[in-house]
Amino acid sequence: MVDDRSGHNKIEVRDLTISYGNRPVLRQVALEVRAHEIFGIIGPANSGKTSFLNAVNRMDQMRSNMRVSGSIRINGIDTRSWRNVYALRRKIGVVFPLPVGLPLTVYDNVALAPRLAGTAGSRAELDERVERCLRRAALWDEVKDRLHHLGSLLSGGQQQRLTIARALSQSPEILMLDEFSIAVDPVTTMRIEDVLRELKAEMTIILVTNLVQQAHRLADRTAFFLDGECVEIGETEALFNGGAVDPRTHDYLGGKFG
Amino acid sequence: MEPGDATRLDARDSRWYIDKGFEIVMFLCGISAIVFVVGIFLFVFREGLGFILHDMDVGEFFFSPKWRPTSLHHPTYGILAMVAGTAAVTVLAMAICLPFSIGAAIYIAEFATGRTRETLKILIEFLAAIPSVVWGFIALSIMNPLIITLFDVPMGLGVLNSALILALMAAPIVTSIAEDAFKAVPDSYREAAEALGATRWQTIYKVVLPAARNGLLSAGLLGVGRGFGETMAVLMASGHSINLPTSVFDSFRALTATIAAELGETPVGSSHYQSLFAIGIFLFFITFIINMTADFVVRGVRKG
Repeated sequence: MVDDRSGHNKIEVRDLTISYGNRPVLRQVALEVRAHEIFGIIGPANSGKTSFLNAVNRMDQMRSNMRVSGSIRINGIDTRSWRNVYALRRKIGVVFPLPVGLPLTVYDNVALAPRLAGTAGSRAELDERVERCLRRAALWDEVKDRLHHLGSLLSGGQQQRLTIARALSQSPEILMLDEFSIAVDPVTTMRIEDVLRELKAEMTIILVTNLVQQAHRLADRTAFFLDGECVEIGETEALFNGGAVDPRTHDYLGGKFG
Repeated sequence: MEPGDATRLDARDSRWYIDKGFEIVMFLCGISAIVFVVGIFLFVFREGLGFILHDMDVGEFFFSPKWRPTSLHHPTYGILAMVAGTAAVTVLAMAICLPFSIGAAIYIAEFATGRTRETLKILIEFLAAIPSVVWGFIALSIMNPLIITLFDVPMGLGVLNSALILALMAAPIVTSIAEDAFKAVPDSYREAAEALGATRWQTIYKVVLPAARNGLLSAGLLGVGRGFGETMAVLMASGHSINLPTSVFDSFRALTATIAAELGETPVGSSHYQSLFAIGIFLFFITFIINMTADFVVRGVRKG
């Protein structure tokens, strides 16, 4: 499944340990995410999945008690050595568990990031960009007549696709999704999953999910996190077809706990 | 069902009576607020009505700057000078107060953490507890000589002095309401903006401020209400002379201060007495209009 020609390592994580105060939430994680793959991270609640994502785009800067040690390299460069975290975050799109339609119009939600970065260009260019992002997020047809209505008034599933359109607005190299389907109905979830399969050609995707079957459907490779430990990483097909080495992975995938 | 269940279900036990009693007490508390407001309105209106019906010349009342209710030969009742003075002070006070208060609220809500935050909040609340006569004293004994020295003017009591004092008085309440408005903006908005690469200032300017717009508006209008309604400090800081102010150093007289200073000296039921209540009615309407405007604007914002 992995395209080996494009399969160089996009993200390399070494010795990553994250703690809040004295409480560790992730210990000694080492993994690679290959370019143009969907990398699934599964595991029950409090296993450190979200903290991992926060460390990748350096959201730990916002949280005074979050400590990160070890290294995360993106394109071979340690993210800790990037002084301009804002430029780093512009390379990484994030979709949160609960949809966050900012209290702006649909258009302004999608145009926000280019405007903030000063790359909005002319009105026609921005119009074109907003339309392209909304189309790729499978939302265009539903909102094209109300681009100037408040984004926070859309339905939950629409807002989540709006969030995806917003994350795509800066053509990110990496897209991170954190349990995106929690507040979304099954039909919309399937549409978003189709979108993700298409986006893979253009970017690297990290998909954190607590739905084991979603990882099975989408991910090329899957990592299993449990209580702050990365238990196992493997090709998704192999893991799900009895190839799990660690018995805990086997039990989790088999639905024995979690 | 056992026999007797029906009567047991129908019985009014002690809990039922306590619940009913509680309901009635709560109802009385709720209704009393309305009764008092309507009562005050009726009282003020009744006292001022005679003047409005018989003695008042509408043109003179609103458009004459001459307030001479005690003149023996030809009393005049013009409130223009007082309205202009009060309005000028309110506008100037808000122009000074809002940037500082909203800036302080942004710092407390978005940047300050831990002990700094708590200390600042306590200090600001302390500022709100200073009685207005103390502010008036500050205006007379500190601001007055300061303005005289700094600007080389003959007198330091007037529009500028009152506006500075009012700004200081309104700052704590405006700051704490604005801070509440910022706190009410969900953190998920900030995280979403920062994840898009927004700097902290961009996050505040582009996302937090628009989201907190309603709350900030009510903070501002509360400040305006304070400006129109404050009596004692303005009475002491304004110079209290009837004068249409043309510069920020001019003395003026506030509507409220006029009522406070003159009401005790007038015979109950006289034209002068009633005219003061007419001013009260006018203030009532101003406050009413400010609140209604706030209400409509807030509703308009919600509809989007």
